Amino acid sequence: MNTTVEKKPRLTTSAMIASIAQEGQRTKPAPFGHALAKLAENRPEIVGMTADLAKYTDLHIFAKAFPDRFFQMGIAEQTLMAAAGGMAKEGFTPFATTYAVFASRRAYDFIHQVIAEESLNVKIACGLPGLTTGYGPSHQATEDIAIMRGIPGLTIIDPCDALDVEQAVTAVVAHKGPVYMRLLRGNVPLVLDEYDYRFELGKAKLLRDGHDVLIISSGIMTMRALEVAKQMSDGSADIAVLHVPTIKPLDEATIIREANRSGRLVVVAENHSTVGGLGEAVAATLLRAGVAPEFRQIALPDAFLAAGALPTLHDRYGISTASMVSAIRHWI
Amino acid sequence: MKTPSQSPGKQDNVLSALSRHATNIRRHALRMGEVQGQGYIAQALGIADVLAVAYCHALNLRPEDPEWEGRDRFLLSHGHYAIAHYAALIEAGVIPAEELETYGCDDSRLPMSGMATYTPGMEMSGGSLGLGLPIAVGVALGLRQKGNPAFVYNSMSDGELDEGSTWEAALSAAHFGLSNLITIVDINKQQADGPSHQIMGFEPLADKWTAFGWHVRRIDGNDLAAVLSAFDEARNTAEAKPRVILSDTLMGRGVPFLEEREKNHFIRVDASEWQQAIDALDATPAAGACK
Repeated sequence: MNTTVEKKPRLTTSAMIASIAQEGQRTKPAPFGHALAKLAENRPEIVGMTADLAKYTDLHIFAKAFPDRFFQMGIAEQTLMAAAGGMAKEGFTPFATTYAVFASRRAYDFIHQVIAEESLNVKIACGLPGLTTGYGPSHQATEDIAIMRGIPGLTIIDPCDALDVEQAVTAVVAHKGPVYMRLLRGNVPLVLDEYDYRFELGKAKLLRDGHDVLIISSGIMTMRALEVAKQMSDGSADIAVLHVPTIKPLDEATIIREANRSGRLVVVAENHSTVGGLGEAVAATLLRAGVAPEFRQIALPDAFLAAGALPTLHDRYGISTASMVSAIRHWI
Repeated sequence: MKTPSQSPGKQDNVLSALSRHATNIRRHALRMGEVQGQGYIAQALGIADVLAVAYCHALNLRPEDPEWEGRDRFLLSHGHYAIAHYAALIEAGVIPAEELETYGCDDSRLPMSGMATYTPGMEMSGGSLGLGLPIAVGVALGLRQKGNPAFVYNSMSDGELDEGSTWEAALSAAHFGLSNLITIVDINKQQADGPSHQIMGFEPLADKWTAFGWHVRRIDGNDLAAVLSAFDEARNTAEAKPRVILSDTLMGRGVPFLEEREKNHFIRVDASEWQQAIDALDATPAAGACK
């Protein structure tokens, strides 16, 4: 037996504590928790509620700052959502946190009937969006946006980085009405401060321009799209990146305008299943407007995804930077 | 004005006034049922005594201002009982009596299933069962947080005992010691598919709620004196626990031929029978508005 074979590092399952930050990437700790606690200083109506996931949604920072405005509801997501609705009826602005899978799947009717039907001022902020854990389908919220998009009047936000999370929290507090926000927690990458960017509710923002390809993306896929654009700026492709952090209501005007510029391949990149997310929302928007560019989707497959290490899974399912570069090279 | 129940000498007067209010609630409900020719009328007749005590005795309300901050909140979790709730809101003076002619019609404020967005005095949108109690937990927490001494009442059906969210919320209310929360379970032992004991057995009910940490009282919900006493006890007990009134009621109560009708979860009533039903009630003299 040949013992000189080089030993590869063993990649272990990326469970709930996994950070999506890559080695060497600049990060900010707990941007959601800190931003919320800061806002709450001048907003006594803000309360925090969770279903035994304060620590894992960074709500523990708010809880520590305002213990009498924090409500631990136990592992009962249905009660969490209905009680948050009850608190909103009494004039409070509850931030209800859990994982995206539990909010979208377990508590759907409670969000639909209690919170959204009366347009109550509840902000649902959810960890582990899309494929950000290697724990398996129980915790991988690959269809949360598809589920939530069907609810009338529900604002849906998929932020990219720490700056986006902080600014989105401020914006959703200012917004009156129910919000579903995907959350990045722990040490969250900081990327958008290098761009001329500000989060505005309902607005898509062009982060960089380019002649060959337009990537329309949300969430962590915007971070990836910017890396792809940098890597391919060696002459392979001139790539524009349009960041769409508000999935609903969708900034259709900006999307149509950018997609209508002739000669560019349009690629929608999302940390979500191919079914019912940003990709299909953009496709429908363009078709309705009679805009028909060459169109591709980078998204998770319509499948129950594997457990394992995130880098492996992101490569396997085509949402890593390397696999995006290779897909785009193939398409152009 | 509240009907005083503290003075024993006035108890008979209070009960006879409440009895007239209960009859009026039944009459309003029957007249609404007649508009649609159908409805959850048997439930309405069954819960009328409880609603009379709630709306004409227990609840602190300003009928002219249904969103008054100091009001007691009354959540109708079983949205299909809306016909009964509208009848009580009419009796309480929140909704004008003329409006019952619009029940279930297009653009009415009185849809068949109770919704907060349609009707003054309707605090939640029911219909999907098992929502009321967890909402009530949030409302009770919110009231306590604000230092508002109002009570939140959650009215629910025994069928909602099948829902997991009811028991999540029961656990939660006890955990938070929500003494400002009063739940009334209308136990009529009938569900859409048949008798409750065949659908999903829920007894022994008092033991279950006691084990969950609630202050429990089980009553005959068609015995006005018992209902009155249970509401007073629920409001006045010093225990730092949520309170539940387990109220056994008879569907169709007050109209003998409806009491006897089988499979009466959603009963069909012939056009000629509505007037017969109202006639059966009319032996009892009418009362004025309760507030």
